[in-house]
Amino acid sequence: MKQNLSTKLLRQPYIVWSVLFILAPLAMVCYYAFTDKSGAFSLNSISQIPSYLSVFGKSILYGAVATVICFFLSYPFAYALSKAKLSAQKTMVMLVMLPMWMNFLIRTYSWMTILGRSGLLNKFLSLFGVESIKFLGTPGAVILGMVYNFLPYMILPIYSVLSKLDNSLIEAAKDLGCNRLQVFKRVVFPLSLPGILSGVTMVFVPCVSTFYITQKLGNGQIMLIGDIIEMQFQQANNYNLGAALSLVLMVLILICIGVMNRFGSSEENGGALYI
Amino acid sequence: MKSKTSPLSKLYMALIFLFLYAPIAVIIVFSFNASTSTYIFTEFSTKWYVEFFNDSYAMRALRNTFVLAIVNCVISTVFGTVSSVGIFKMKNKWMKSAVMSVTNIPMMNPEIVTGISMMLLFVFVGTLLKMNDVLGFTTLLIAHVTFSLPYVILSVIPKLNQLDPHIYEAAVDLGCKPHRAFRKVILPEISSGIITGAIMSFTLSLDDFIISYFTSGPSFQTLPIYIFSMTKKRVKPDMFALSAIIFVTILVLLILVNVAESRAEKKELSRRGDAK
Repeated sequence: MKQNLSTKLLRQPYIVWSVLFILAPLAMVCYYAFTDKSGAFSLNSISQIPSYLSVFGKSILYGAVATVICFFLSYPFAYALSKAKLSAQKTMVMLVMLPMWMNFLIRTYSWMTILGRSGLLNKFLSLFGVESIKFLGTPGAVILGMVYNFLPYMILPIYSVLSKLDNSLIEAAKDLGCNRLQVFKRVVFPLSLPGILSGVTMVFVPCVSTFYITQKLGNGQIMLIGDIIEMQFQQANNYNLGAALSLVLMVLILICIGVMNRFGSSEENGGALYI
Repeated sequence: MKSKTSPLSKLYMALIFLFLYAPIAVIIVFSFNASTSTYIFTEFSTKWYVEFFNDSYAMRALRNTFVLAIVNCVISTVFGTVSSVGIFKMKNKWMKSAVMSVTNIPMMNPEIVTGISMMLLFVFVGTLLKMNDVLGFTTLLIAHVTFSLPYVILSVIPKLNQLDPHIYEAAVDLGCKPHRAFRKVILPEISSGIITGAIMSFTLSLDDFIISYFTSGPSFQTLPIYIFSMTKKRVKPDMFALSAIIFVTILVLLILVNVAESRAEKKELSRRGDAK
């Protein structure tokens, strides 16, 4: 009996904590989404959602493009990294992680120095007689900011899967007559799917909901859902609409992750069948 | 074994590193700029470093950030470790998976939603209690502990799963009191998980902007929030000076940790050699 009591004491506080500070806040989001300023039940905020659908669509599109670019940049990098000498691997992984510890606001800001009208890139291009190009405020700049900020989150999980890959599997595939492309397609890539999936989620979710990158590199001309939500809370003081938008964002992202995991695992099964 | 990297892949890796480090190089170069511009480099100067250390707001924000990160690290590491043991010992499978799913929520949810949901809770409770400035150190700490706990728990529980349950039983059979057996037997085995969790909670808290942005008030500002309010206006190179300092500090720390690790590894190897 005593044992029982003490183990209860170990976990009960955490259960209370997670109900209070994980579940209750989510309940608050629902509460604010379905009430008005006076606290009475109202569908006013929810009914405004359709006018923001295009912003949701745009955010998902930006997030998806940035995630795809991150993937295509990261995979070859992670692959090459996993093939490097062991001591070099350790140092390079550290070098990939290092920028993540610097404040991302400042790192994003410093892209303004590079991309601005009189920025470094334009100065460099002017050496070749190219006229000053407007980078800031374009979708390209925003996507670049997203790719830059979240690239390590894609590289690291893919690398960690690839570095643990059992080499004998590759050798077996080669022995059984696979050429290099087939080895990659049938062995290496399917086995690295878990890493890819966690990389994709870790990049996609913050990209879709970002507001700082769009504010700075989008010059305030590109509004994604994160910007709209942030505005409701910090400027417009419309908590109810902000909560309704957050609720929809949360549901959308959960659906996206769910679909991605589904797609990923069915791909894996398909691959297994194929072999 | 073919493990040579081709020149092409070396070039590719170099390009990616260039991409990752270009903005950081810009930050470091312009932190030594004599003028206030972050666009045109005029002359070398260290005045922004001096300026930063004389900026009382920035220094207070820096101190706040460290106070918060340390308090958060201690609370979430202890609380997280204790909770992990509690969750690990849960007999009810259904309850266990329910608790783990809830633990995953802060990691899955977009940070902005986590921040907002906590802010709404605090504001709601604040209006119930008729408090005006509910957002401050306490709310910030609660938010940080909440988003750090899952990382601690998810790095400790796998270690508990790897544990051999018989060692603990043996210790108890040999006359250890349960808490002493825990300290002497289980704790050393899971310590690597606890340390990972502690480091993660510390760095996450140090660097967090989005959740802090929504759950902090004017009475307690952390560095990322201070930087955010600075970047709303035109940034002076003093923010760059600060980042350069942070960068160099982390670089030195990482090198030290790496050196210490490889030394420990060597020691471990030689000790194993001796044992044989």
